[in-house]
Amino acid sequence: MGRKLLLDKAHIEGIRYYDTYRSNGGYTAAEKALKTLGPDGVLDEVKKSGLRGRGGAGFPTGMKWSFIAKPEGVPRYLVCNADESEPGTFKDRYLMEHIPHLLIEGLLISSFALGANSCYIYIRGEYAWIPEILEQAIAEAKNKGWLGKNILGTGYDLEIYVQRGAGAYICGEETALIESLEGKRGNPRIKPPFPAVKGLWQCPTVVNNVETLAAVVPIINIGGDEYIKFGTGKSTGTKLISACGNINKPGVYEIEMNISVEEFIFSDEYCGGIKNNKRLKACIPGGSSVPVLPANLLLKTAKGETRMMTYESLADGGFATGSMLGSGGFIVMDEDQCIVRNTLTFARFYHHESCGQCSPCREGTGWMKKVLHNIEYGKGKMSDIDLLWDIQRKIEGNTICPLGDAAAWPVAAAIRHFRDEFEWHVLNPDESQKRNYGIAHYADPIPVPAGA
Amino acid sequence: MAEDKKMFKVKIDNISVEVEPGTTILNAARLIGGEVVPPAMCYYSKLEGSGGKCRTCLVKVTKGSEADPRPMPKLVASCRTTVMDGMEVANITSPEVLDARKGVVEFLLLNHPLDCPICDQAGECHLQDLSYEHGADATRYEFKRRTFDKVDLGDKIKLHMTRCILCYRCVFTADQLTEKREHGVLGRGDAAEIGTYIKQSLDNDFIGNVIDVCPVGALTDNTFRFKNRVWFLKPVDAHRNCSNPKCCGKVVLWMRGDEVFRVTARKDKYGEVENFICDECRFEKKEKSDWTIEGPRKIDRHSVISQGHYVNTVKPKDALVEVLDGRQPKLLFDIHSESQVNRPEIDLSKIDGPAHSDDFIIKKS
Amino acid sequence: MAVVQFSEEKLNKVKEIVARYPQGKQKSALIPVLHLAQEAFGGWLSAETMDYVASLLQLEPIEVYEVATFYSMFNLKPVGTYMFEVCQTGPCMVSGSDQIIEYIKSKLGIGVGETTPDGLFTLKTVECLGACGYAPMMQLGKHYREHLTPAKVDEIIAECRAKANAN
Ligand SMILES: Cc1cc2nc3c(=O)[nH]c(=O)nc-3n(C[C@H](O)[C@H](O)[C@H](O)COP(=O)(O)O)c2cc1C
Ligand code: SF4
Ligand code: SF4
Ligand code: FES
Ligand code: FES
Repeated sequence: MGRKLLLDKAHIEGIRYYDTYRSNGGYTAAEKALKTLGPDGVLDEVKKSGLRGRGGAGFPTGMKWSFIAKPEGVPRYLVCNADESEPGTFKDRYLMEHIPHLLIEGLLISSFALGANSCYIYIRGEYAWIPEILEQAIAEAKNKGWLGKNILGTGYDLEIYVQRGAGAYICGEETALIESLEGKRGNPRIKPPFPAVKGLWQCPTVVNNVETLAAVVPIINIGGDEYIKFGTGKSTGTKLISACGNINKPGVYEIEMNISVEEFIFSDEYCGGIKNNKRLKACIPGGSSVPVLPANLLLKTAKGETRMMTYESLADGGFATGSMLGSGGFIVMDEDQCIVRNTLTFARFYHHESCGQCSPCREGTGWMKKVLHNIEYGKGKMSDIDLLWDIQRKIEGNTICPLGDAAAWPVAAAIRHFRDEFEWHVLNPDESQKRNYGIAHYADPIPVPAGA
Repeated sequence: MAEDKKMFKVKIDNISVEVEPGTTILNAARLIGGEVVPPAMCYYSKLEGSGGKCRTCLVKVTKGSEADPRPMPKLVASCRTTVMDGMEVANITSPEVLDARKGVVEFLLLNHPLDCPICDQAGECHLQDLSYEHGADATRYEFKRRTFDKVDLGDKIKLHMTRCILCYRCVFTADQLTEKREHGVLGRGDAAEIGTYIKQSLDNDFIGNVIDVCPVGALTDNTFRFKNRVWFLKPVDAHRNCSNPKCCGKVVLWMRGDEVFRVTARKDKYGEVENFICDECRFEKKEKSDWTIEGPRKIDRHSVISQGHYVNTVKPKDALVEVLDGRQPKLLFDIHSESQVNRPEIDLSKIDGPAHSDDFIIKKS
Repeated sequence: MAVVQFSEEKLNKVKEIVARYPQGKQKSALIPVLHLAQEAFGGWLSAETMDYVASLLQLEPIEVYEVATFYSMFNLKPVGTYMFEVCQTGPCMVSGSDQIIEYIKSKLGIGVGETTPDGLFTLKTVECLGACGYAPMMQLGKHYREHLTPAKVDEIIAECRAKANAN
C-alpha cells in the first residue's frame, strides 16, 4: 500500500466532525504552527517541503507565499480555490466532503503564515451542498477556539468565509476568481499586477488550491524534511488523483509520486484496469486541458523509459510526446472511444466557458468547435484538419489568460497523435457515423504539419 | 541641482527611443511613430483600465531588459506591458508577430458582418483599416455569422451589435465620464454583447462620447442627418461657449455646404478623442450659426478618409526594408487601388461647397 | 406576480453575507444574494428581481445584469420545477452520457433546453460538474444524481412526479 498523508484517516467513521478529527491528531499542526513555529517557521517548512501547487500549474507554494507584498496597514488575504471545474477533476470535492477540518486546519496555518486575517473559500456554485459542510466545520472550529479572535492566546485573529460561485469554469483562474469574489463578471485580469501585489480589493492576495492548502497540515506535522522523503525528485509528497473514464474503479486516490502510470491504471489498489477487459487506447492524465496521449506514449516515454506519476515524467518529451500532471484529473479511454468526439466535447466545453474578453479565445474556441462538429458528423474536409491546427496555433499564447492555451492544447494533441483517426472520419463520412475507429496503430507519433 | 529623471532606453524594431519609466511599449512606439506603432483596437489612452483585450497590439520582447536580457516566452500586449531599461522589442520585424496579428484580425472579422457598404462608420473604421493592413485576403470561416437584433439605445445612439469587437471602450467611457453607467457587457464568450438588458435609452450628459470611442460602427450617431458617406463631408474645426463646465466645446463639424450633418469630438492621429464633448454640443447644435468655425480640419490618420495624407504612409521608408532584411512589409494596403471614391490626390477640405461623387472621378487630363 | 421582497429571515441572511466583506465592498455579496433571490422567487431571475437585488446592495442595475448573464447557474427565464442538468463533457461522454440524454428525451418527450407542457421538467445539457468518476450524472436542484442508468432515470422521474403530486 502506498503511503498517505491526506486521506490516511478519511475512512474513519465521523472524521467529518470536529471531535473525531481532533481525537485522531487533528489541529496538532495548527497548534505547532501558532505556538512554536511562528509565521516564518511555517514558511520555512513549506519551502523545505518542495510542495507544488495542486491546482494545475505546479508552482512552488513556498515561493508563491514569499512573493506576497507586505505594505504597512494594508490587509492581506488568503483565497482558497475550490472552483474545481476542469473536466476530469473531482478531488477537491472529495476532500471537502470527507475531511473538511483538514482544509480548515490548512487554511488556519497558511493564513497565519501569510498574516491574513480573513480567508475566503471560493467554491464552485454547483457543489451546492458542500458550503454547509464547510460552514459547519468552521462553526465547530470557531467554537473550540481555532478561529475568531486571539486564537490560542497568540493574539492572532482569523475568520474563514465560504463563497459560492455560480457556474463558470473561468473563475478557477485566480484573477477571474478574485473578480468574481468582488461581485463581478469572471473576467481574468490583465497581469501585471499579480495578486501577490494587487489581488482581492487591490490588496496583496495569495490564491491556492484546496489540496495545496490541505497538504500544509502534514507538512507541518512531519516537517518539510520528512515530506520530501515522499515522492520523487521535485515531485515531493503525495497527490490526489481523480480517476475516471473506462476503468474498473473510478474514484479519488492519493498516490505517492513514485509509482508508474501502468501501476496506477492496472493495479487493484488504484484504477483496477480497463473496464470490460477492453484495451487501453488513450489517456488524458491531468485534466482536460493537458495533451491526450496514446497508450504507447502513456506507459513509456519516447525514450523508452517507464512513465511515472510525477510532474517531470508525465511532462517528459514536452508536448511532442509528453503531457502534464496538471490538476490530477486522470481520464482513461478504452478501444471503443472516439478521439474526434471526445475532442469535440472539450472544444465545446472551452467555447462554453470562454469569458469572451479577448478575441482569439472568444472567436477561436467557437470556430474550433464548429469545425470539429463537422468532422465528427461526417461533413468534414481534409483541409479542416490543417485548419484546426492553424486555429489552435493562433489561439495558443496569444490570449489574456491560459484558458486559450487550455482550449488549444487538447485539439493540438488529438491531431498530433491521432491524425489518422481524423482523416478516417473525413474519408468515411457514413461509416464513421456507425462505428468507431477503434484502437489505432499509433506506435509512433504521427507527423504533423509545420509549426508543431 | 535639477534632478535628472532616469530614462529607460528601449529599442523597437531596431529604432532606439528613451522613455520615462512606466511607459508602455505601445506608447514608446508612438513616440517613434510611423510603421513601428502596433495597431490598437481596444486600448485608449484616456480611458483607465482599457487595453489588453483585442490582442492586435501583440509584440515580441526579444530582450527583457539590460538586467535580465532573457526574451519573454510569449508575445505580449504592447498596450499593457511597460518597458524596462534596455528592452528590445520586435513588432513588424518579427514574422511571428505579423503572423499572430493576422490571426487576431481573422478572429476579429470572423463574425463581423462585413457590411461596410451600408455602415456609417465606413471610411473611419479602425477595423477596416486594420484588415486592409494586416488581414488575409479571404476568410476561411464557413459558418453562419453570429447575429444580434439591432437596437437603438435611445433616440440618439444606435447599436449594431454584429459589428462590435468587445473592446469595452464604451463601458469604460460610461464608467469614467458619466454619472452612472446604464449599459454594459451581457452574456459571456462569443455570446457576450453590449446592451442595457431592459432599459433601452442611455441618457447622460456625456454618453454620446461612446460613439467617438467606438473603433467600429457598432455605436453610431442616430442624429447624423441622413445616410452620408463621411468622405463626402467636409470636416471643419469649430467651437462654442458651452455652458457645461466639463465640456470643452471644441469639436469637428462635418459639413456639406452650410449644413451641419454631424458633430464629433476632435481626434488625434491615433483616432483618440482629444477632449470629450457633451451631448448638447454633439446632438443639439446642428446649425452653422451655433458655432464659430475655425477652419478646415486635417485628418491625420492613415484612414481611408484621410485622402491626401494617406499615400505617404503607403510607401514604406527604405530603412524599413532594411530592418526587414529585404522582406517587403505587408503593412499598408493601398485602398485607393480598391476604391473609386478615395482618390489620394483629392483633399476634401479644399473642395468648394458640397463634395459630389463627381469630384472623385479621376479627370483624365 | 407576487411583490419582489425578501422575507425577514432572508434579509438577515443578506446582512450576514454583506458583513463578510470589508466596509464598502458589499458588491461582493452579489452572487450569493442572487442565489438567494433565485431560490426565493421561482427559480429564475426576472428583471424585477435583479433590480430589487441592485437596490438591496446599492448597485446600478446594469452591474447586476452583467453578472447574472455571465454565470450559467442563473436562469433568466422561467424553468420547470425539476431541472435535469445532464453533464455531457468528455469523461461523462465516454461513460455513456449521450445514451442517457437520449433516454431522458424520449421518456419526457422533450428536447434539450425544453420544458414539459405541465411545467414540471426541464432538460438541460451542461458541462463537467466535477463528478466525472461517478458518470453519467446530472444535477437535480441542489444535489447530484450519479451513476445514471435508464432504470435510475425512471426512478428519478417517478420520484419527482410523486413529490409534485404531494404538494
Ligand atoms: C482556466 C483556468 C481554470 C482554472 N481552474 C482552477 C480550479 O478549478 N482550481 C484550482 O485550484 N486552480 C485552477 N486554476 C489554476 C489557478 O489559476 C491557480 O493557478 C491556482 O489556484 C493556484 O493554486 P496552487 O498554486 O495551489 O495550485 C485554473 C487556471 C485556469 C487558467
Ligand atoms: S483567454 Fe478566453 S477566458 Fe481567458 S481572458 Fe481571454 S477570452 Fe477570457
Ligand atoms: S460597442 Fe464599440 S466601443 Fe463598445 S465594446 Fe463594442 S466595439 Fe467597443
Ligand atoms: S490594443 Fe492592446 S490588446 Fe487591444
Ligand atoms: S465530465 Fe461529467 S461530471 Fe465531469
